[in-house]
Amino acid sequence: MFAYLVRRLLYAIPILIGVNLITFALFFIVNTPDDMARMQLGVKRVTAEAIEKWKAERGYDKPLFVNAQASGVGVVTETIFFTKSARLFVGDFGRAEDGRDIAREIRTRMGPSLAIALPTFVLGLFVTVCLALMLAFFRATPLDFWGVVLCVAMMSISGLFYIIGGQYLISKLWRLVPISGFSAGLDAWKFLILPVLIGVVSGIGSSTRWYRTIFLEEIGKDYVRTARAKGLSELAVLFRHVLRNALIPILTGVVVVIPLLFMGSLLTESFFGIPGLGSYTIDAIQAQDFAVVRAMVFIGSVLYIVGLILTDLSYSWVDPRIRFES
Amino acid sequence: MSLLRLIVLLAGAALLAACDSEQNDPYPAAERGQAILYSAFTERPKHLDPAQSYTEDENTFIAQIYEPPLQYHYLKRPYTLIPGAAEQVPTPVYYDAAGKRLPADAPAASIARSVYEIRLRPGIRYQPHPAFAVGDDGRPVYETIDAAMLAKVERIADFPRTGTRELTADDYIYQIKRLAHPHLHSPIFGMMAAHIVGLRELGDALQQAAKANPDAWLDLDRFPLPGVERIDRSTYRVTLKGKYPQFLYWLAMPFFAPVPREVDRFYSQPGMAAKNLSLDWYPVGTGPFMLTENNPNRRMVLDRNPNFHGETYPCEGEAGDREAGLLADCGKPLPLIDRAVFSREKESIPYWNKFLQGYYDASGIASDSFDQAVRLAVGGDVALTDEMQAKGIRLLTSVRTSTFYMGFNLLDPVVGGKDGVGEARARKLRQAVSIAVDQEEFISIFMNGRGIPAMSPLPPGIFGFVEGEGGINPVVYDWIDGRARRKSVEAARTLLAEAGWPNGRDAKTGEPLVLNLDTTGGGMGDKSRLDWLTRQFAKIDIQLVVRSTDFNRFQEKLRKGAVQLYYLGWNADYPDPENFFFLLAGAESKVAQGGENASNYASPAFDRLFAEMKDMDNTPQRLDIVRRMNRLLQEDAPWVFGFHPKSYTLGHAWLLNRKPNDVANNILKYQRIDVAARAAARHAWNAPVLWPLAALLAVGLAILVPAVVAYRRRERRNARGNDGR
Repeated sequence: MFAYLVRRLLYAIPILIGVNLITFALFFIVNTPDDMARMQLGVKRVTAEAIEKWKAERGYDKPLFVNAQASGVGVVTETIFFTKSARLFVGDFGRAEDGRDIAREIRTRMGPSLAIALPTFVLGLFVTVCLALMLAFFRATPLDFWGVVLCVAMMSISGLFYIIGGQYLISKLWRLVPISGFSAGLDAWKFLILPVLIGVVSGIGSSTRWYRTIFLEEIGKDYVRTARAKGLSELAVLFRHVLRNALIPILTGVVVVIPLLFMGSLLTESFFGIPGLGSYTIDAIQAQDFAVVRAMVFIGSVLYIVGLILTDLSYSWVDPRIRFES
Repeated sequence: MSLLRLIVLLAGAALLAACDSEQNDPYPAAERGQAILYSAFTERPKHLDPAQSYTEDENTFIAQIYEPPLQYHYLKRPYTLIPGAAEQVPTPVYYDAAGKRLPADAPAASIARSVYEIRLRPGIRYQPHPAFAVGDDGRPVYETIDAAMLAKVERIADFPRTGTRELTADDYIYQIKRLAHPHLHSPIFGMMAAHIVGLRELGDALQQAAKANPDAWLDLDRFPLPGVERIDRSTYRVTLKGKYPQFLYWLAMPFFAPVPREVDRFYSQPGMAAKNLSLDWYPVGTGPFMLTENNPNRRMVLDRNPNFHGETYPCEGEAGDREAGLLADCGKPLPLIDRAVFSREKESIPYWNKFLQGYYDASGIASDSFDQAVRLAVGGDVALTDEMQAKGIRLLTSVRTSTFYMGFNLLDPVVGGKDGVGEARARKLRQAVSIAVDQEEFISIFMNGRGIPAMSPLPPGIFGFVEGEGGINPVVYDWIDGRARRKSVEAARTLLAEAGWPNGRDAKTGEPLVLNLDTTGGGMGDKSRLDWLTRQFAKIDIQLVVRSTDFNRFQEKLRKGAVQLYYLGWNADYPDPENFFFLLAGAESKVAQGGENASNYASPAFDRLFAEMKDMDNTPQRLDIVRRMNRLLQEDAPWVFGFHPKSYTLGHAWLLNRKPNDVANNILKYQRIDVAARAAARHAWNAPVLWPLAALLAVGLAILVPAVVAYRRRERRNARGNDGR
């Protein structure tokens, strides 16, 4: 397994370089360093001289990929791409274009993002697996039929609708919790209930339907019949046997998103005023803050790779037949 | 059974907790009953450093913290400068090139130097701050912060010791020097370097020093600035090149607020910036408030500065202020609140609903809440809806000191005429378009009536704005029955025909007239606006082609002069006509000079009048020149004068002393909260509705119980399908 891990980690390096290259190219196709300077300095009374100074101070006065003026390795190293990318690989995210420390900002915002994402994920997984098992148990009954209809209806509704509808009903009409806001202390629960609830409810439709399909596929297999024939209760059959054997496809979709929970949710954080990493990324895109965009895309890529590796590892955990051969 | 019991217990506990009113209160219970103003902000402020902050979002905060030498009177209109930290509004003294003193009414051309001497009021002290903390030996406690000490600090409040000191003239001089600091990129450096003697040279010297030692702190006291001179501990003198009367307005902005050298030194220490401990994050001022919590992602908190020097509420205003209760707090010491909490609301729906629940004291009106808040009467009068009136909400309206316009690029051969169809033809074309684009309809359809049509670049409240018949744009309007009426489409068609495009076709070639509008559109509602605009041009048979692009490309096109028509707007920096007319001055041409004149309008007559007007005081002679300039612009029509937006602000009945002010930002100190009224209203408006919880529980049980029964029945069923009993 160790050799497998090392190999996967080595594969990650070219992937990360590629992602960084694409991010860099896409960003600078849309924005020039001049645009970035103007965005940071404002549009009022900004002079060409001020723009040049801003670029020089932040190293945006260099060529993008190839520095024809330089000699030796300087042709590659004295470019915007190299100077802005190399430090990422040692975990140095540098400063945002407005001068603030990105690593600190990420550390500060990770907590609020996780405070929403983690309970939504855990609760959502629990609820949808239980509901899917229930539908599988009541398969081919009116409950199953209407359950699936409801799931299809729920997955057809936009996430925005759940947010606005939830805020309208629970916070505005019924006045049970604050509409938006966040608190880091013990008061946090009253701000978290609504976004977590909405996150769970909005995910029920698609996940339940997907898990139900997986469970139904398993439920017709011989080992399930054998378990029933042994006299096990249906609950024991479902939770101990069907669920365990259906875990591989579930884990494929679930484990990979666990590391990405750190990245936050763009929409939820925006509507609920949660100062997390999702809103940080959106703010950076809007402000054309390349340093932050680059750092967030890089972290997202790293987390995704970690998620994929964890998914592979989880396969061998749930199914001992799976072995990692070097 | 135990699971069911647990569910019932939890539900009971939740119901009991919910019985308390104001479950939806987003603020800590400990804050109830305190004189705290609650507001919100949408955009996170980029900078809080007074050398850098320029936008309204930023000034909302720093204008409460810093005290420039001057400020605007809160109630008087037109906007009037009064002393801030200065003892009085300085009167400039003029000198000729030989250094001889000139009279106050000397012609601007003869003035080589203007000298402003500013004397500060005694006894003004800074907010408590660690940079001022001194030990028993008189040395600053935090002069050298080591890594061990810094490891214990995350916020400025984590420094155990603070101090204060009296404001001095040196602090103002230090900040003026900071405008030239190469790392700060002050947006007004280029402009001020053209006025303040020696500022450009200081910028060059600082640039050299920064290059030589990039990571070292620049002690600005070591660099001379001949244009700013210390007279004594409380007096300093600023020398400008030539005459620049608008300088007084700049003295009312945070750019000219004091920054103590020791604060700059304190924040420059290694490791501070990495913890966001900087002047850009934690401002230090002498104003009525100090920033005690800076989390621009969530909330920002301004607390009363305990060392504020005792300014009082004004006792005079304009007509109607007394009746409106705006003079009730005459003579009371400021500020009238203890704290202001600004929460970040990125979306308008939560913001609006929290306002209706009483958790924000004031709110603007987003377009999707407009019908809920305001109704327009037949005559165009606005009134609050019954729902708002029932809550005691008040509506404050004011025309903003802003102008929105559609500009023509006069370098274009068709709409500019030079090297093309000829200037006379192009002028008539522009006039025809000015008539055809019905601004009144635009305001009515797309702005819910929140604006007034512009007759010239000058909005109301700016010297030179004339209301009524004397102020109309005679090219576009006629004065009929006591009101301005837009000329008919026929008049526009006639002008177009005279321009050589009868029925929108070239009189010689028969080719249709096609104009291109560059815009940064793409958002919701933009398509309907652009469709509407296309129809306005179609009224006179001009084909409008809309070229939507992103903001950066749009700016680039403007810089290169690669546009024909474009949309822009301008918010006043200060209430002076110069701040609007410079947008059309030849010296500000976007293509030739990189300035703000995106139309590249270059009229020798206008430029001559501008040069004369900009250095004048507000005299009848100046008014006459302003009118002539307006007339020139109306005739030349480099812009289709659009509209001046109206701001609609809603305030709860408990928020007192609120008066719209589009120029000054330091208005928080005048606001007062009737805490008891707010508490009563919040209590009445926020009783939780509990029956949905019970209903939800019932529905849950209605599903769960039959499911459990069905499960049990199925469990008992044997292979034949019998339940086994």
